[in-house]
Amino acid sequence: MINSNSSKIGDWIVAFLCFLLILVCLLPMLNVLARSLSTPEALIRNEVLLWPVGLNFEAYQTVLTDSVYTWSLVWTAILTIIGTVVSLILTTICAYPLTYDHLKGRKFFNTLIIFTMYFSAGTIPMYLLLKDLSLLNKPPVLILPYCLSVFNMIIMRSFFYGIPESLRESAEIDGAGPIRILINIYLPLSTSVIATLSLFYAVGRWNGFSDALMFMNKREYYPIQLLLYNILNNINQIEVATQEGFTSPGLSATLKSATVMFATVPILMVYPWLQKYFITGVTIGAVKG
Amino acid sequence: MKTALSKPSVSRQQKNLNYFKRYWTLYLLLLLPITYFIIFKYIPMTYIQIAFKKYSIIQSPWEMPWAANNGFEYFIKAFANRDFLYALRNTLMLNLLDLVCGFPAPILLALLLNELPFKRYKRITQTIAYMPHFLSWIIISGLALQLFAPTDGLVNILLNRMGFAPIPFLNDPAHWVWTYILLGIWQSVGWNTIIYLAALTAINPELYEAASIDGAGRMRKIWHITLPGLRPTIITLLILSLGRILGSEFDRPYALKNSLVNSVSNVISIFVYDYGIKGLQFSLTTAVGLFQSAISVIFLFGANSLAKKFGERGIW
Repeated sequence: MINSNSSKIGDWIVAFLCFLLILVCLLPMLNVLARSLSTPEALIRNEVLLWPVGLNFEAYQTVLTDSVYTWSLVWTAILTIIGTVVSLILTTICAYPLTYDHLKGRKFFNTLIIFTMYFSAGTIPMYLLLKDLSLLNKPPVLILPYCLSVFNMIIMRSFFYGIPESLRESAEIDGAGPIRILINIYLPLSTSVIATLSLFYAVGRWNGFSDALMFMNKREYYPIQLLLYNILNNINQIEVATQEGFTSPGLSATLKSATVMFATVPILMVYPWLQKYFITGVTIGAVKG
Repeated sequence: MKTALSKPSVSRQQKNLNYFKRYWTLYLLLLLPITYFIIFKYIPMTYIQIAFKKYSIIQSPWEMPWAANNGFEYFIKAFANRDFLYALRNTLMLNLLDLVCGFPAPILLALLLNELPFKRYKRITQTIAYMPHFLSWIIISGLALQLFAPTDGLVNILLNRMGFAPIPFLNDPAHWVWTYILLGIWQSVGWNTIIYLAALTAINPELYEAASIDGAGRMRKIWHITLPGLRPTIITLLILSLGRILGSEFDRPYALKNSLVNSVSNVISIFVYDYGIKGLQFSLTTAVGLFQSAISVIFLFGANSLAKKFGERGIW
């Protein structure tokens, strides 16, 4: 009896610690949300904690009417969609042939691919290559250089390995070729891994920063993270700041909060729905990686 | 004699031909990915020779003249460069702190979540704990700049109201280092529990029942059953972490740094960006990058063989 009581107290302590964790994760987001919705004056008076003071949508209006910022959001969305599709196709057509145990040269291909996971040439060789390919400052540079991740390919390959080989064999007996088997049997069974990898690639592109910083100097092609960095660090303030009223430092602070919200919300709306999938994805990757 | 020799080779050729007739589409599928790896992973490796050569904009890497000191001119220059030595020190310092503070954190959290008896509450906690992983470092730096601002940030407002002096979280080198480490834990701790939680499900529940019957409490069960169950996972992840000890992230320090903390925030990746892409010193920065990659590979192999020496499975 004593034992079960003490273990019940233990349960509540654990639950309380988890509650603290939730707070620590959420408070920074709530703080920024509150700041973005407050009046500049309230911000300057240090009144804003977790709840907006003097509810005010001005910052959101300013951001939404700023063509540079809205274009960057749209452009990043376009990049994310194209990039994710390209990456998924490449990952699939890379992983699928490698699941054929009898594929001649399979070991060679595997070594060729896995080696790049442990040794990479580095930033400058990549930069010089892109320069020689005259890809620098052109839109494809934001998609091509990192469009196929070995780690994600291994996740997909492991998932394909889990599909019973008897399905493939019976289709082969019916005269189906490898591509047909991929499209008609493997892909329909792989929705969960496709969902996982879509999330990984899409988040990677949406959050991608350093490739744009290094390889892209045309402002009309700045993805959202690069623009956001410039806004947060007051570089080239014309971006969102051309509107009148910018002179008040408070408004600039609410503006910064609003721009952070816009860049964050799309991801926060997507990831919880895919939780079940990405957990299996990460687990498969860890086991086989 | 002649026919006896040539016959099997003909039939092998025939066999190969049949094989390729049947499976050529597999090679067709591989064509594009392999081309990707050759162009974007292997051709850059041929550019590594720039580290040993005098860079010239009009020549291909193969034609550039060798650098002085048997080609090692730029490695010598790098180690005579104060900025690089600082970057090397900072990279090691931040990565070591990350390893010491950041590595145990997800293990502890996984143990905590594993003890949580309320299923629904557990799932909500997990969903929220995964959230920071999906935020870019630019966004996190945006959150941190506002949360930790010296006068109008939430934390310093609260400290002020409670009568404490404000803390310069991001504006003073020593504080910046700890803020950097804590934000790293904040971003990754939840996500990194996934692997451990998966490993925990593989532990036989009968072990816990047997321990309960023997009168073992919560802590004893964690110590004698849960942690030993996690051991292989911990070792594998530790090896991979050791392989990254000289690797340097770019986004995280770059997003969080400011001009007041350059002395601790400039890591190797930022040095390469500043001296290479902005400063156009390609030979020097390629040399630095090669040094970094080589050390990383050595550390990875070293950690792996050390683990094997102690009877663990390793990553190969």
